[in-house]
Amino acid sequence: MSSTILESPRAMEGGTAAPDLRRKRMRSWREESIKAVLFLCALLSVAVTIAIIVVLVKEALTFLQSVNVWGFLFGTRWTPLLEPRSFGVLPLLGGTFLIVLGSALIGIPIGLASAVYLSEYATNRVRGIVKPILEILAGIPTVVYGYFALTFITPLIRIVLPGTNIFNAASASIVVGIMVLPMVASLCDDALRAVPDSLRQGAYAVGATHLAVSTRVVVPAALSGVMASFVLALSRAVGETMAVTIAAGATPKLTLNPLESIQTMTAYIVQVSLGDTPVGTVEYQTIFAVGMLLFVVTLIANIGAHRILRRFREVYE
Amino acid sequence: MIASLETSSELQRRRAKARWFRRLCQVLTWLCLVLLALLLVHATREGLPWLNVGFLTEFPSRFPERAGIKSALVGTLWLISLTALVSIPFGVAAAVYLEEYAGKNRLNSLIEVSIANLAGVPSIVYGILGLTVFVRWLALGRSVLAGALTMSLLILPVIIIASREALRAVPGSIRHAAFALGATRWQTTRHHVLPAALPGILTGTILALSRAIGETAPLIMIGALTYVAFVPEGPMDAFTALPIQIFNWVSRPQPEFHELAAAGIVVLLTVLLMMNAVAVLIRHRSSRDLQ
Repeated sequence: MSSTILESPRAMEGGTAAPDLRRKRMRSWREESIKAVLFLCALLSVAVTIAIIVVLVKEALTFLQSVNVWGFLFGTRWTPLLEPRSFGVLPLLGGTFLIVLGSALIGIPIGLASAVYLSEYATNRVRGIVKPILEILAGIPTVVYGYFALTFITPLIRIVLPGTNIFNAASASIVVGIMVLPMVASLCDDALRAVPDSLRQGAYAVGATHLAVSTRVVVPAALSGVMASFVLALSRAVGETMAVTIAAGATPKLTLNPLESIQTMTAYIVQVSLGDTPVGTVEYQTIFAVGMLLFVVTLIANIGAHRILRRFREVYE
Repeated sequence: MIASLETSSELQRRRAKARWFRRLCQVLTWLCLVLLALLLVHATREGLPWLNVGFLTEFPSRFPERAGIKSALVGTLWLISLTALVSIPFGVAAAVYLEEYAGKNRLNSLIEVSIANLAGVPSIVYGILGLTVFVRWLALGRSVLAGALTMSLLILPVIIIASREALRAVPGSIRHAAFALGATRWQTTRHHVLPAALPGILTGTILALSRAIGETAPLIMIGALTYVAFVPEGPMDAFTALPIQIFNWVSRPQPEFHELAAAGIVVLLTVLLMMNAVAVLIRHRSSRDLQ
């Protein structure tokens, strides 16, 4: 039995050398072509990145031929759909800024506190309950958050502050904050848990309380991960679309009052594409110009987060 | 004596502060649970009276009592099936290349950087891309196919990242054993590494698809219709989807339509919850198998 197994390759070698060689060549040809196909699939990501940049730049450049760059970036009136038309994007940027600020005030402290609790205090059983809850929160579609903001949070705000507009930045910020919270919590939790236990033991040994260990040892030691999670959360809030479209309104306005109706970059893009804007008009090109700005802002934030991770990472062991 | 009294009161103060901090973190953590419960209870309470068989089998209507989500439900089904058909092969193939084949060179690190960046691009930008490339340049129109292709690009980075993690978790000894028996790289991957990584890949893919089900903005961009009184019969038909229908109802001023939106949300969340349950089940079973 075992001898036939041992003999069979030798038999092939001796008797049928030519077909064997051909088979080998076929086999390596097949291997190479499979590798090429897989490589092309991987290259698709690069193609998509290039396509996004080409599409945005092409139409945005056409837009900037009819509108001056400085007027676009620093103009304070955004009325592309109404006469007299004006294309200053600052009100949209301001609206986005207001939402990002508000959501950061909600999402970052709660997210970080949950992460500290999960990694420093919670028992495994509690982790087993809280972690899936955070995952579910992260998986809820943004349109649902928009509904929640409009029909639940806005009425609550209006009970306390009756002058509030039905569409307002505050309620949208709150739900966007809830939306980014799971991301902050789980990224910070990962970062905090990566801090070696020896640091904690050392701090306890010199008499530090649990509070001091958490806030003066563990969080600073994990600072790069924590900061990166904040930046990623901000970037996510910049790109958030449906909740702000539903709850924050459609009034491009340069204001810091969260109780007023505003419009973000993303909500403006949705507004234009919901209407019947003919291809090739300046109104149509505005969505590419605003989209380009949105892309650049989130790209800078994402690259920034990766830089923070790489540059300020404390390497243990 | 006095000094030690002072230190002990200082110590008590510090301990009290630490206790308060702990309680604060605890309360804020459980706040997440409260928020989730509030959201679910609110949507269910508003939507439940509208949830009946008619709601699932009727087309949308101007009259809330006659409105249903049949076209949206079938549209979502079409959209997700096509998205899965396109995104899974490309995503898994890319992951296999990066984990099993790619060496360290400029081009491969460019691919890595692209994937990392694409994962952070806002979904509405994918919508702009889909509108330009699929709807206009490839002239697919406002069809299910255009929507599915856009969604595929959107979830591609998610599938690639999840699949890579699953492939990385396969122990190297399995590969070495296959190579030692004379298997080629593809034979090793196809017959040994991929089957071992399959549960992980499936879990990640299901989660990615459930993200695609809830996405609204890109579909609005490529022009999924908000009022569709027919069911798509082929990939080139116009369509609507569940989140689009919900958005349409939420943006109307009448409270009846808001309640319809809530009913739609209950259906949407039920679908998502079922998909998540399947993913968790697969993960659970495979972790048991490995032990």
